[in-house]
Amino acid sequence: MTPLLEVQDLRITFPAGGGISRPVDGVSFSLSKGELLALVGESGCGKSLTSLALLRLIPPPGEIAPGGSIRLDGTEVLDLDAAALRSIRGRRIGMIFQDPMTSLNPVFTVADQISESVRAHRRVSKRAARARALELLREVGIPDPEARLDNYPHQMSGGMRQRVMIAIALASEPELLIADEPTTALDVTVQAQILELLDRLRTARGMAVLLITHDLGIVAGRADRVAVMYAGRLVEEAHTADLFARPSHPYTRGLLASVPRITGSVTRLTPIAGTVPPPTAWPTGCRFHPRCPEALPRCPADDPPALTLGVGHQMRCWLAERAAP
Amino acid sequence: MSTPLLEVRDLVKYYKATGFLARNAPPVRAVDGVSLTVGQGETLGLVGESGCGKSTVGRTILRLQKATAGSVHFDGADLFALDRGALRQARRRLQIIFQDPYSSLNPRMSVGDAIAEGIEIHRLASRAEIPGRVARLLEEVGLDAGYASRYPHEFSGGQRQRIGIARALAVEPAFIVCDEPVSALDVSVQAQVLNLLADLQARRGISYLFIAHDLAVVRQIARRVAVMYLGRIVETGPTEEVLARPAHPYTQALLSAVPVPDPDSQRFRIVLPGDPPSPSNPPPGCPFHPRCPHLAKDDRCRTERPLLHQLGRGEVACHHAGAPA
Repeated sequence: MTPLLEVQDLRITFPAGGGISRPVDGVSFSLSKGELLALVGESGCGKSLTSLALLRLIPPPGEIAPGGSIRLDGTEVLDLDAAALRSIRGRRIGMIFQDPMTSLNPVFTVADQISESVRAHRRVSKRAARARALELLREVGIPDPEARLDNYPHQMSGGMRQRVMIAIALASEPELLIADEPTTALDVTVQAQILELLDRLRTARGMAVLLITHDLGIVAGRADRVAVMYAGRLVEEAHTADLFARPSHPYTRGLLASVPRITGSVTRLTPIAGTVPPPTAWPTGCRFHPRCPEALPRCPADDPPALTLGVGHQMRCWLAERAAP
Repeated sequence: MSTPLLEVRDLVKYYKATGFLARNAPPVRAVDGVSLTVGQGETLGLVGESGCGKSTVGRTILRLQKATAGSVHFDGADLFALDRGALRQARRRLQIIFQDPYSSLNPRMSVGDAIAEGIEIHRLASRAEIPGRVARLLEEVGLDAGYASRYPHEFSGGQRQRIGIARALAVEPAFIVCDEPVSALDVSVQAQVLNLLADLQARRGISYLFIAHDLAVVRQIARRVAVMYLGRIVETGPTEEVLARPAHPYTQALLSAVPVPDPDSQRFRIVLPGDPPSPSNPPPGCPFHPRCPHLAKDDRCRTERPLLHQLGRGEVACHHAGAPA
């Protein structure tokens, strides 16, 4: 079966003081219909740029370097003209962001904004679009949706606004939903509601979800597969159960050791030393080597390729040569 | 038991609604009768979701905002009764660090000057001694002593939080309000800062009021915890006790919503309906009753406000705490 989305060797370049920086540098992954893939990493690792690239929304002067490929259901997104691109953006691929307040228009009502999305997708009357907006508000679990239709964004809480954003994204019945840190700005009890909703929607609609997050905790119970990103590259990828059972890249293990736990004995955390370097100063060889507690003599010079650890489990680390079966 | 270093009694902070239309609107009850103590060298975790009043508690204790009612005793002195001169003296021993250290650092003041400011105001060292003190403080928080001449924008979020901590430490405080100090940081940096705060406490015997929304973070740093909802403490006790056997239905829901990076932990998730109600119009009876999933919920919950009462080694404000949920 061909995957719904297939990204190969994606590189994003920005001019930087006479040279070129590559905040995303050779990323490949795929996503099947109805699948939830989590793209995990800390700030500055390139995960949001990767998701923007899928819609060709890289802010200039940044650009997608030639040689890569983004295929949606067989169509090469990188070859599309502006009109064809519009038929994908917000239609076949929907997107929601961390902060719904800045993505919603403050001077239009919820009904206006959802209807606009409905009518961009299907030629229906205003009245029919409003009826569809009501159905969508109900589907995303907004209580008393009739009353909410004529609300403005500022009249709603953060969790409600994120539900409205999801309703707008759903209006076009996308095959793929990109959710970029959708719950980071929300309280934990509201975060649980939104994650539950996304999970329910993808099951009900067979919609694929690319969940971008810094939080390995929200990934654990929900994603089918996890890709861990560091310094512009995927450093480890595996089925979720596999990744947590056998986290293998020293960066993945470092992330897990940094997270305070709610159960078990409280022990001192063992954080990764230092911070993520800026894209203008990605280290040579393995980009994690300056922070890696297990770096080998070859790591500063030799860049490890993606090595296989098991079925669907890969990492870019020389330690894989020892661990491989 | 000896007298605690800090004792807060029945703290109340109402905000008057402002504006022409709001003249007769009810006040916002941000903090509605909070009592707590913090012992010498102890950390009390104050947990709750946005808008529950936890930050207002921290700021009102330091008299950064004027309390509506209640009292705060620090080391025997009644903070709310102090005149300006005495308050200034007391403030040397009470410090605060914020979630976003960037907005609390003056962008045009070098890091060294920012750290030295408190030392100068309180005349804790001679002019000649100051650079040495600043250098030692920077090293104590894990930064290079040479950073003193640099400016805040040159630093990452984690480094700025370290600068904020050095600045608080400069006046040798006995008590620090930590207001969501790690919420904006990446997990690996968050772990570094949590370890630093624990080390400083062990070395200097400082007491913390640690305000956070993340129960796992609080568990890492605080042996005692108080859970706030809508301006009131609904449960308090030893952290291990409260997390192992949460007695209040809100604590139970909050705990079940914490994302756990372990796919095998198939915990029972309690997804609360709706959002917290507005603090300007809290529900009658138990403030949590409209969202409460407790099976024993009855008319008493809707009419009679539950008070904190002893249960096990902690205290809880719920009519049905201890009854099977």
